[in-house]
Amino acid sequence: MSAELVLQIVLTVAAGLIGVGLFGALSQQSIVMVMMGLELVLGGVLVAGGAAWFFLAPELPDAQMLVVLALVVMAVEMAMGFAVTIAIYRTRQVDMVDMATDLRG
Amino acid sequence: MLTELSGGAIAAVAVLGVLAAAGGIAVFVVDSMARATFALLASFLAVAGMLLVLDLTYLAVITALMMTMEMAVMAVFMIMFMMNPAGLMPMTMVHNTRGSAAVGVGAFAVLVVGIWTVDWPTRDGEPPADPTRQLGEAIMGSHMLVMLVVGIGLFATILAGTVLATARGRYDRFGADLKASRPDDPVPGGLPR
Amino acid sequence: MIETATLAAAWGLVPAVVAVVATGLLLGLVVAVIDQTVLTGGGAGSGLSPLREGTRLLLEQRRTTLAPDALLWRTGVIAVPVLALLSLAVVPIGEPTLWSTSADLVWFNAMEALLWAAVWLVGWGPNAVHALTGGYRFLAQGLAYELPLMFALITVGLGAGSLRSTDIVAAQDDLWFVVTMPVAFVVFLAGAAAFSFWGPFAAPVGADVAGGVSSELSGVDRLLVQIGRAVFLGASAAMAAALFLGAGAGPVLPGPVWHLLKTLAVVVALIWVGRRLPVLRPDRTVEIGWMVLVPLTLLQTLVVAVLVLTDFYG
Repeated sequence: MSAELVLQIVLTVAAGLIGVGLFGALSQQSIVMVMMGLELVLGGVLVAGGAAWFFLAPELPDAQMLVVLALVVMAVEMAMGFAVTIAIYRTRQVDMVDMATDLRG
Repeated sequence: MLTELSGGAIAAVAVLGVLAAAGGIAVFVVDSMARATFALLASFLAVAGMLLVLDLTYLAVITALMMTMEMAVMAVFMIMFMMNPAGLMPMTMVHNTRGSAAVGVGAFAVLVVGIWTVDWPTRDGEPPADPTRQLGEAIMGSHMLVMLVVGIGLFATILAGTVLATARGRYDRFGADLKASRPDDPVPGGLPR
Repeated sequence: MIETATLAAAWGLVPAVVAVVATGLLLGLVVAVIDQTVLTGGGAGSGLSPLREGTRLLLEQRRTTLAPDALLWRTGVIAVPVLALLSLAVVPIGEPTLWSTSADLVWFNAMEALLWAAVWLVGWGPNAVHALTGGYRFLAQGLAYELPLMFALITVGLGAGSLRSTDIVAAQDDLWFVVTMPVAFVVFLAGAAAFSFWGPFAAPVGADVAGGVSSELSGVDRLLVQIGRAVFLGASAAMAAALFLGAGAGPVLPGPVWHLLKTLAVVVALIWVGRRLPVLRPDRTVEIGWMVLVPLTLLQTLVVAVLVLTDFYG
């Protein structure tokens, strides 16, 4: 099997994770479930970054740095997501995005 | 050109890829929030497995480590906020399913068309003997600026997260004139003071 | 790929895995026997009683609860011993490890992190309040011990200049790491007791919540979780001996024997001290962990970093 084919298979998996994650983040009402969708999108980025490193440019550390960055973004997203959820629940007992549409601005 | 991946490794990547995608789909299918959380964890463990096959040991293991802790904390928040955490009374909490599905499938389709039509470049160079060392040297050398910014970002996240999540300030803890000798906390904490 | 001698390469994968599993189960049994001996003061039956108890649990009929989440419950129960054995995969047994990665320390840490999920699932599964309380207690303790434990492991990696267990053992040829890293050593052992939720950290299975996560476990399930805890404790002791006490370094006797002796010494010390301490309340652990242990371990890392810069470790 050629390297290109394997790369394409791995990237398709990444695309699948991104697609499923997007669907979840857009369709779910609960803030926590929305965050799970975003995590899936970032999981796709992890896979794509790893594949880019191994199949395209293993001599450079840049793709590895991209994966590290995606992990950091996940951590920040989780921490801030939970903090915002707690803050909005504390002030108005809301845990669903549809109840906070007035924050749209 | 042949890959360095053996047949077994390719099969492992394919199986793990299917598992990752299946776990991701299961997140939005199952009723129980606990199961949804751990389906997401299963998906991430499959992602970690794929990274492991791709020789990125450190990143794979750190992904598994971070995601497990995140999901354990996530489970706590799930139980805290969801009306039906165990899924014993199935209910749907979704909006605009059709539009979301269109966006999700559309994004997937665009990406897949790109992936299978682009003329991918051939591999440039060989993997280093120790990818972990390569990453470590990049973090502490050529890419140090990235890590510095990341560090500041994480520090800002810690502060902002704490500020948002806590409703109590120093006046609640030490009184209006800040003169109380012991903080008045709902949970006493472990240190004598 | 750096060619490093692993057990899997030397003996073939299957025999090596069998050997590691057998070693893990033996270590777990040793831990249980020593624990029983310390508890009962070493009666005639204390050596046999873990085996007797294990056989009883094997034969016991499993009881269940109303509307349990059976899938997640079983997953958690099976994951506990499996993770314990997986963590043993990067511990040097004799000389080599089962498999050697460039991030062995992180691997060990990750298996212990996966235990968070496993123990929480064991608490969640039976749909019972005491069990779930135990699961939450474990997470609360986890938040407290995790950061100090990570810094302790980082300190070791820093001193050796590698995350690979065999490199770390090799780096202690001249001087055991415990001499320059006493804080990391103590924190690692405390962390080991905490992630086996044992001794002073046994609140997740505390008597005040009727046994916590283990309250609804019976038969094989209870046996698996108990084995997992004992193996985790034994594997951590072996890891502590490898990371801080020079593993097989010692005069006259061959290396593996020395490593075994050191492991046993760590187990005995851990149990002898642990059984004499009261159980910590979980709401007290986070502040101690973050206000005392995190700064202490950071200082420890700083000291080691300065020593590395002065070429102290060669």
